[in-house]
Amino acid sequence: MSDLSHIRNFAIIAHIDHGKSTLADRLIQVCGGLTDREMKEQVLDSMDLERERGITIKAQTVRLDYTAKDGKTYQLNLMDTPGHVDFAYEVSRSLAACEGSLLIVDASQGVEAQTLANVYQSIEMDHEIIPVLNKIDLPAAEPDRVKEQIEDVVGIDATDAVEISAKTGLNIESVLEAIVTRLPAPEGDTTAPLKAMLVDSWYDPYLGVIILVRVKEGTLKKGAKIRMMQTGATHPVDRVGVFSPKMKDTGVLSAGEMGYITAGIKSVADCNVGDTITEDGRPADKALPGFKPSIPVVFCGLFPVDASDFEHLRDSLSKLRLNDSSFEYTPESSAALGFGFRCGFLGLLHMEIIQERLDREFDLDLITTAPSVVYKMHMTDGSMLELHNPADMPDVMKIDYIEEPWVKATIMVPDEFLGPILQLCTERRGIQLDLTYAGNRAMAVYKLPLNEIVFDFYDRLKSISKGYASFDYEIDEYSESDLVKVGILVNAEPVDALAFIAHRSQAEFRGRAICSRLKDLIPRHLFKVPIQAAIGGKVIARETIPAMRKDVTAKCYGGDVSRKRKLLDKQKEGKKRMRQFGKVEIPQTAFINALKMEQN
Amino acid sequence: MTDHIQGDEGFGLYVHWPFCLSKCPYCDFNSHVVDRVDHGRFRAALRVELAHYAAMAGREGRRLTSVFFGGGTPSLMEPGTVAAILEDARSLFTPANDLEVTLEANPGAVDRAKFEDFRDAGVNRVSLGVQALDDAALAFLGRRHDRAEALAALEAAQSLFPRTSIDLIYARPGHDPEAWRQELRQALDILAGHGHLSLYQLTVEQGTKFYLDWHRGDWRLPEEDDAVSLWHVTQEETARAGLPSYEVSNHARPGEECRHNLVYWRGGDYIGVGPGAHGRLTVGGTPRATRQHRAPERWLSQVEAHGHATTRDDPLGQAERAEELLLMGLRLTEGVDKMRFHRLSGRPLDGFVDARALADLTEMGLLEDTPAALRATADGMLVLNGLIAALVPVDGDAEDGSPPGR
Repeated sequence: MSDLSHIRNFAIIAHIDHGKSTLADRLIQVCGGLTDREMKEQVLDSMDLERERGITIKAQTVRLDYTAKDGKTYQLNLMDTPGHVDFAYEVSRSLAACEGSLLIVDASQGVEAQTLANVYQSIEMDHEIIPVLNKIDLPAAEPDRVKEQIEDVVGIDATDAVEISAKTGLNIESVLEAIVTRLPAPEGDTTAPLKAMLVDSWYDPYLGVIILVRVKEGTLKKGAKIRMMQTGATHPVDRVGVFSPKMKDTGVLSAGEMGYITAGIKSVADCNVGDTITEDGRPADKALPGFKPSIPVVFCGLFPVDASDFEHLRDSLSKLRLNDSSFEYTPESSAALGFGFRCGFLGLLHMEIIQERLDREFDLDLITTAPSVVYKMHMTDGSMLELHNPADMPDVMKIDYIEEPWVKATIMVPDEFLGPILQLCTERRGIQLDLTYAGNRAMAVYKLPLNEIVFDFYDRLKSISKGYASFDYEIDEYSESDLVKVGILVNAEPVDALAFIAHRSQAEFRGRAICSRLKDLIPRHLFKVPIQAAIGGKVIARETIPAMRKDVTAKCYGGDVSRKRKLLDKQKEGKKRMRQFGKVEIPQTAFINALKMEQN
Repeated sequence: MTDHIQGDEGFGLYVHWPFCLSKCPYCDFNSHVVDRVDHGRFRAALRVELAHYAAMAGREGRRLTSVFFGGGTPSLMEPGTVAAILEDARSLFTPANDLEVTLEANPGAVDRAKFEDFRDAGVNRVSLGVQALDDAALAFLGRRHDRAEALAALEAAQSLFPRTSIDLIYARPGHDPEAWRQELRQALDILAGHGHLSLYQLTVEQGTKFYLDWHRGDWRLPEEDDAVSLWHVTQEETARAGLPSYEVSNHARPGEECRHNLVYWRGGDYIGVGPGAHGRLTVGGTPRATRQHRAPERWLSQVEAHGHATTRDDPLGQAERAEELLLMGLRLTEGVDKMRFHRLSGRPLDGFVDARALADLTEMGLLEDTPAALRATADGMLVLNGLIAALVPVDGDAEDGSPPGR
């Protein structure tokens, strides 16, 4: 064993807005990682989108050099972790690269559901956890109550919680001291055969793929020939270094350290997260325990508004995938929306982020179909097929039974909102697993169908609790369910993009909701347009758009030709944004808005 | 090279007089209220601009069928101006024997003596801006005249001119269909089976006082069902009185249609002179869309400096031309004449319109498609904007004039 007592590797766990990135910035600042001029707010969140939404998507590390009160200089490796449930997988591998965690809790808000999942993971990995109460300067801060809550809910000792204000810089040194004195140093042998964990990777247009590693054993040097133990692929190492947070080549990373390497790799798809990197000439005998790969659980169709953007969409998706191998896409065609892609995501936030990036970074105007989960269709012939798209539902006569995915959801909420939230869970077919109180906050644990979650659960939760509820879920198991496909017919023509799968008990209600929204979204035609929701041949909801009775007015003289032309040009422009269904023209906005169900 | 072959759609001259005594709150036409008008300069400028366009149009094959003095309030023109313009027009083109010369007049902005002077100048048709036969409605519409003055002006016009037209505005806020029926009957009684009626539904246009009032919620336009009832009352009463509709808003005893407006609706050529006037003129085989400067003073100085105040003179693409023919032609009860459409747009109508929409709309009874013409039925006329939008191909490229890809 080598002496690694000067190293500390730690992760930061926090709920969105509890101040994780601000604290990270402060730590960097105190340790002199960046000059004041270089300090940009929340330097760690490098993507604009991350900064804007206050969330972290990719794992990031920073090496800090801290001279502690004992006079020794320590190498602190900070690992920033995603805070959202969709990226739980990224969290787990980030935590696996560390020996300890800081648990940041807003002293005025208390522990939130999303924090819990991460902190439990951290406990499972035997991390030493330092509770940090942030925003202590706020008048609403209640440190004692929050400490009590941490002890009750998380189950760790919060007596020595560090009370800080990342915003004002209050007590930041105490955090650094706690890291040095309370977290364990890593263990490892710098002379053993190389074992480095592949924590994350991303694509840089200049450098190719950058791999984030945690060296567990041995030493990783520039020029060495490395081997990926899962794939067997070998690469010569171009660059080795650390983030300070700027990239700084060190040429070497030894056991206990974190940093980056580049090795002329073209695609992140070639870098399996959790893989073990070893030296080709002197391989380790056994790989590190890997991770389960993350599997997309939420699917939706993405279609370009302008059909000629299809190739652009394909290119853009493949570029995004260079950097995020967790989403998948396959070509799809829809009678309603033309050619597009069926895309799978880790969750709803992940889906939103990809959509937003396509919109912003690639300037794509997209229509998104309603998110759907993966159903398992057990067929009468004994085969099983996974259904990613309601439109592909096989003939019901050939289906023996259908299974749907369930999740275990944790909801934390001030008790005044508890009643309606429990009611919501029941309406959404939830099964209560646990209900506990800590102070005036309740924690409800439910088993819920993922289908209900992707429908509008989170929006309803937010509105019922006026935004005070926090919510997290983990994928649980598949189980059999009485599910039906609800088709939507406009003027007797089925509109594939609007079909959805729902539990039989919800089918009518949702069918009615979508019909009534479509009634307002489809402009009147020269004839009346019936809108129906149907299960197979049985109509379960119906609305009718009355025919346009009169649209002509006024005089039309010579000079008015140009005025009439303007009207016609406007109509033609509108027509381009319509999709033709039999005789009916449906505006593209109708697809988008009919599928946004939160307002029903 | 301007051997324009003129068809039965005629060839017209439009003269815009932009001045009014006051601005009506619903009007978004190019009208201006000024203290003083230099009649001499305007007369001269109108004649100069007319000469400019006459040169552009060429004389060959140009048989002038109508002249229309519109505005603004052209009855505020000096009769001498009207006379001078008509004299020029007659010498610049070959006038038809039955040349129609219309002048718009506002009750209160003209008296019997002035009517006589206009008649002597060559006006043979007066279009009188009566707008309503109800004093409260006239006040709401911001008109300067009352019912009595309107009736007096009508009587004078009818006694002095061979043809008279009455303008009325209906579908006013709270307009009861039965009240409208009575008002319309009074107008039809006065016409006694002769002449012409322009019956416009009140529309609220941006940039007018009414737009602000309406936007603020001072009053509301009739709901769709009421508007439909008002429309039906209009069709019934005019047909009963022998002046059926021949265009969306126009009604006449057969043979007494406004020939000038028929030029627009049938896609004929017309010259537009005066501030803000529009024109359509085929030059060297290419139809062109022209527009004059709107602001009267600016128009005047431009004409005086350059001989015309044209701000736009764009060739119309083949598809654009075809669209206009459809847009204007379907407003007529007679519909779009297919041979004329082919002759003027260079392509057959059947190949231009969306075939599927045509079949659907015909089947729905909104269109009538015969070998000779395409026309909107009575039901179709009510939803004409929708019909036209459905018929016009979206990808009919207005620029290159190539046939649309379907």
